[in-house]
This record gives sequence, C-alpha cells and structure tokens, in this order.
Amino acid sequence: MLAPPPFRLHTPASVGPANASSDNTRSRPAWSPYDDNGGTCVAVAGSDYCIVAASTRLSTGFSILTRDCSKLFKISEQVYIASAGFQGDVRALQKMLQTRNVMYEHIHRKPMSASALAQLLGNNLYYKRFFPYFTWNLCVGLDPEGKGSVYTYDPVGSFERVGFSCQGSGKDLIQPVLDNQLKAASPLVVPAKDWMSALPLEQAQDLVRDAFVSAGERDIYTGDSVEILTITKDGVNKEILDLKKD
Amino acid sequence: MTAGFQFDLCKRNQLLESKGVKGVSVTKTGTTIAGLVFKDGVVLGADTRSTSGSTVADKNCEKIHFIAPNIYCCGAGTAADTENVTGMISSSLDLHRYATGRESRVVTAMTMLKSHLFRYQGHVSAALVLGGVDFRGPHLFTVYPHGSTDSLPFCTMGSGSLNAMAVFESGYKDNLTREEAVELVANAIKAGIYNDLGSGSNVDICVITKGHVDYLRNHEYLQGKTYQRRQPVVYQKGTTAITKESLVSLSDLTIQDGDATAMDTS
Amino acid sequence: MFAKGPSHSTALGPGCAGPPLANPQNFGQAGPGAHEHGSHQPSCGAAPFAVDASMLRSAGSQPHKHTQSPYVTGSSVLGITYAGGVMLASDTLASYGSTKRYKSVQRLVKVNETTVLGAGGEISDLQYILNMLDDLSTEDYCADDGQSLSSQELYSYLSRVMYNRRNKMDPLWNSLLIAGLESGKPFLGSVNMIGVAFSDDHLATGFGSHLARPLFRKKHRPDMSEEEATALIREALEVCYYRDKQSINKFQIAKVTTAGGVSISDAFALPTKWEYQAFVDPTRDAVGVW
Repeated sequence: MLAPPPFRLHTPASVGPANASSDNTRSRPAWSPYDDNGGTCVAVAGSDYCIVAASTRLSTGFSILTRDCSKLFKISEQVYIASAGFQGDVRALQKMLQTRNVMYEHIHRKPMSASALAQLLGNNLYYKRFFPYFTWNLCVGLDPEGKGSVYTYDPVGSFERVGFSCQGSGKDLIQPVLDNQLKAASPLVVPAKDWMSALPLEQAQDLVRDAFVSAGERDIYTGDSVEILTITKDGVNKEILDLKKD
Repeated sequence: MTAGFQFDLCKRNQLLESKGVKGVSVTKTGTTIAGLVFKDGVVLGADTRSTSGSTVADKNCEKIHFIAPNIYCCGAGTAADTENVTGMISSSLDLHRYATGRESRVVTAMTMLKSHLFRYQGHVSAALVLGGVDFRGPHLFTVYPHGSTDSLPFCTMGSGSLNAMAVFESGYKDNLTREEAVELVANAIKAGIYNDLGSGSNVDICVITKGHVDYLRNHEYLQGKTYQRRQPVVYQKGTTAITKESLVSLSDLTIQDGDATAMDTS
Repeated sequence: MFAKGPSHSTALGPGCAGPPLANPQNFGQAGPGAHEHGSHQPSCGAAPFAVDASMLRSAGSQPHKHTQSPYVTGSSVLGITYAGGVMLASDTLASYGSTKRYKSVQRLVKVNETTVLGAGGEISDLQYILNMLDDLSTEDYCADDGQSLSSQELYSYLSRVMYNRRNKMDPLWNSLLIAGLESGKPFLGSVNMIGVAFSDDHLATGFGSHLARPLFRKKHRPDMSEEEATALIREALEVCYYRDKQSINKFQIAKVTTAGGVSISDAFALPTKWEYQAFVDPTRDAVGVW
C-alpha cells in the first residue's frame, strides 16, 4: 500500500486559512508552504520581434503587498523569464536560472539561447515534481533566425514552444482574446503552418496593452502597472503602462 | 406554499457534499462599507465592486439599499442575501407605516434585521451598516450575519473594513460638520478601494438628515481605463474631407409608372 | 580561520543547524534526535533515499512534525523611508496566545552600523535568527577588513534563510522588516515565513498591513522630513493600538539615517483618546434597542 505523502500539497484553490485539523479540537491556522501572489504574464512572438509583459502587483489574499514588483527577469541580453504564482518559488527559480546562465557563459563564452534555457527551465521544474515550484512561467527570446520564440510551462515542467501565451491570474481572461486576435497555429500541427503572429509590431503591442488594461478591469489580482518589453535584434525596449490601482 | 425558505433538499445536499460534490458559488460583495454619525445626521458610504471569486462581477453595483424614506442600509456579504433581506425589511416597514401612520424608527428596522438574521444562525450572510434619522435623532447600527448588533458613532464592514477603520480612527473628531463627515467617509471608502482587492471602482455616499436624504450615487468616480486600443482604427466623423455637396429634395422627385417586373422566386 | 558557528551548515543550507559537510554526520550533534533528523542522508556519501524512512516509521504513518503553530508572538512592525533615512516601529509586547505575557521585549534590533531588523511572529525564532546574524557579524569582525554586510545583503540572506526553512517544512515563524542604507539611500525590505520577499517605500507586517499601510499609501512621500515621518508612523502606531487586540501602548522607533547611523528609541507611550462625546452613550437616543 502506498504511504501517504509526507506533506499535503495545496492546490492554489486551497491556499489560505485552512480548516482545523481533524485530530485536534483546538483550531489553529494550519501552515502552508505555498501562497498565491497573483499577477499576469503575456508573451507574443513575431517574425522579427518578441513581446513579453507582466503586471507588477504583488498580492496575498485580498491585500496588496506592493504595487511595484517585477515579474520579468533578465537572463541575458535577449532572453527573459516571466513568472507568476508563488513569489518565494519565483525568486528561487529565477536566481537559480541566472546562476546557471553565468556558469554556462564561463564554459561556452556565450549566453544561453532561448531554447537551451527553455529546456533547462523545464528540467528544473520537473526536478521538483513532488514538491513543485508553484510558478507559472514563460521563457521568451529570439531564436537563431531572429524570430520571436515563446515557451510556455505548467508548474511541473510540461512545456512547448508557441506563438503566444498568457500565464497567471488573468490567463482565463486574456488567453481567449490572444487566440482570437493572433490566430497563430500550434508549432505541432502537420503539415507545418506559420505559428508566429502575423501582426506588425505596433499592432501586437497595442493588443498586449489592451489585454492588460481589460484584464485589470475584471481580475482583482492584475493591476497597478504593467511592464512591456519588446525584444528585437536591435535591443530591448521597455515600456511601463499604468493600470488601475483599485 | 408557505413563506420563507425551502429546506426540502438540505438533507440531500448534505449527502452530496459529503461525497465531494461542490456547492454553487455565489456573488459576494467583497466590500468596503462604512457609516458615520455627524452633528445633524448620518453619512453612509460604499464602494461599487462586487466579486465572484477573483473576478469582478459588477464594476458599478449599488450597495446602499433603501429601507425607508428616512433609513438606508449598506450591505456586505452575499449579494443576494443583502438585497433580499433589506428589501424584505423595507416592505415590512412600509406596511407598518400604513398601519401606524408614523415615520419608521431606525431601531425597528435594526430589530427586525437582527431577529431575521439570528433565526438563520449566520446562513443568511448579510453584514450590514444601518443608518437613519428618526424623531429621536440620528442612529447608526452594525448588524452582523449571526444577528448581533452594535450602536456606534462610526463603523465599517466588509473585507475592506480594517482599511476604512484606519482612516476613521485617524480622522474622527467630535461634532463633525456635514462636509467633513462626507469627506471622511469618502476617504474611508477610498482606503478600502485602493488597499483591499475585494473592493473597487467608485464611491457611493448617502447623507441622511432630519427630513432629507441625499443619495450621492458615484459621488467619486475614481479611475477610467488607462489605455484605449488603437486597432482596429476608428475614423472620426469628418476625417475624409468633403469636396462637393449636392442636396436633392425628395418632394421634387417624380414617380414614373411603369411595368413591374415579377420577382424571381425560382 | 575561525570555525563556523553551527547555524551556517553548507550542507543543509542557510538557517539550518548542522556541520559544514557535504554529507552531514552526527558528530557534535549528540542525542538520538540528531540522528533521526539526517537519516535520509546516508553518511557513506551514497545518494539519499528517495523517501525519508523516518517519515514512514513514525506512528500511524504521520509525517515528522515541525513547528505548526507559534507560541510566544509579537504583532505588527511598521516601516517607512524618508529623506535621509528609514525608520521602523513596533510595540514591545510578546503574547502567549491571548495573554500579554512579556511586555518589554525589544522587537527592533540593530544588526550592524547600517541596518536594523524588526520582527513579528514567534519570538524564539527571532532569537534564533539574531544568533545567526551575530555569527555573520562575528565573521565580519574577525575578517577585520572594514567590510560589513549591507542592508540589501542581509535582506537577501534572510530571504534565503526563510525560504530554505520553508522548503524543509520547518519554517521560522516570523515576518521580518529589514531597514537600512544601501549606497547611502534608504532601503526597506520585507521577508515572510515562506520566503516571499519584496521592498517598498513603506511596509508593515501583520495587522499593520491592513491598518497602517492604507495610511502610508495615502500620506507617505519618499522626500518627507524626519519630523513628518515620525508623525506619520506615530499616527499609524496609534491606529494599530486601537484596533489590534494583541498590542500594547508601549512602542519603540528605530532609525537609520545618513547622518547618524542606527538609533533605537527608549520605549514610550502614545497619547490616546477614548472619550469622544458620541462614544459615551451611543444608544441613549435608541430606545428599545437590545
């Protein structure tokens, strides 16, 4: 017979004040190693650009911890990670990836490519399969041909390259809009179709801004401001757009 | 049929829940509501966000409910409960006024609310701030879902109650004027709107004085969208220049008779 | 070189007692408990068991129990930055459940010449953390190179300690504020018991996050003077005292300024007002109320 797991895993829905334990009549707040700090990340790949954006509100329960906490993390000049979920895990994960990139640069005299980092992130998420990083990640950058590349993950390391993706608390609101507006095919369809967004850069940026403003209207965890990075062969452009503060 | 709730399926629901079936989710007004007694009356305030889980169900709902011409009531908790319980007490008081021919008293409304809520032992989840002015002067009460009540000079309720209370505790003083009271309540509600994720959008205010009520719906409209989408481009009227213009009066047209062509219905 | 204190095991990570070996053995850790703790790490250096045997062994297959609830606790800590410095404030109460057990516990602590730490939550865990920080300071002192850990570095260190302990399902039950100067600029950071860490111009832990931060968000400016900042933090302390039942009217304020380094005030009480006219008999005109 299988032994019970050494700890309870809390799904996001059950994070928060837990019930009184059954073996003890005295009720007390059960401790959970997880929290959900909210926030939304979006990435869009184009033929010569890649957009990655994330809201900056950090929250717990019904409280705002801070209005300005970046969810974007620079790994190298053209490769970024965007992560929502439990911020403690996010920090640990990002720090580890940064360290691994430094080691990689020492060995290979070049930074990791987006695809290499994507695989590394997938491996590290799966490594914690039975005590997962509660993080929802996007890995973005430009591929060797200069095309935008977006990798999207689940918390335990399943990932795929896609044309665009959305993660975090506003996912249910934004992803269908991206599906509708970008109409990029999955990279897995046979025969192969172009899976990148056909939108020109300005229109894609316009869409991303609107997606965040609209999600901010309806998702209580998305707000305050959004950082929008546009990665092209010429460098990275950073834009900060205010969102509602309520 | 008798009045009141139907409990026929409670046993069945209990069985289903014990087998892991999830109950329905309801719209909560995860809320900031507040009330304050000032020199000549009562100020009630509320935000206008209602939530269902982590999504906003209504961006501009009304949480200050009519009880009687001289009594209003802010509601937090399950939206359906606050709306129905206030509506029910409102109509009972209406009948009571027909019978007695007198203005309703705030204590009467409060006692009816607490009696009802106590009977349902907290299952009717309405947390209320009740305020009004009757012949004995201004009154402010909080009514908790289990039926306990409190009479206070200022009070807050809902998920933003602590945020709003911080503003009250730092700004309250004796003998506030009407203007000061409205500003303090609005600031308390704004503290909830900006600090509590269950509260948001706009500030509603209701000022009740002897013989007069000012219901200030959207007293403060706080923030519109920060970005309007540029695509698809919407062209303003007049974008295309008019090069020439000619007007034909319909009355000048002559109608010519001719052979009608049969409609093709094949 | 000096031997490292037991609080910095390189094997078990920051915040865990143990020897600084890749495969910890039990020397210097007398008693049966010490053996059980590391039983899933074979001392021969082989790969650890995938499943910790000690967890399966205990009664009824229940997991090994770690800290599950705090005992003696402190309440909110507040912090704000201002022009030329940063200040923390808290009361001096350590509660035992609902009992006001110890009324003169200093919860704001000077760590070094540029940093103070403020802590809420379990007091014994705070003392453990202070022991670790002492070890770090001792190392800095022994190196005698004029260097000491900056506020940002201490903040990062504490965030790793807290996160590492949560990974071991044995958390240090605290919410911490770290205040100090970073390259001459005010720095204020927060770390909680599961490793969520962030910095802001103004922060508050515990009940203060609901009561004090709305006031901070409304009234705080990074360029406020020390007098303005003190007035704001006193106002916030007063509100917390009115509405947090686990607080007392005995406070301390700690400051780190570009001018004068770290200073922690003596305990003081705030003037409070309870006799507003309307509070005297609120139901006087509500006849029939029950």
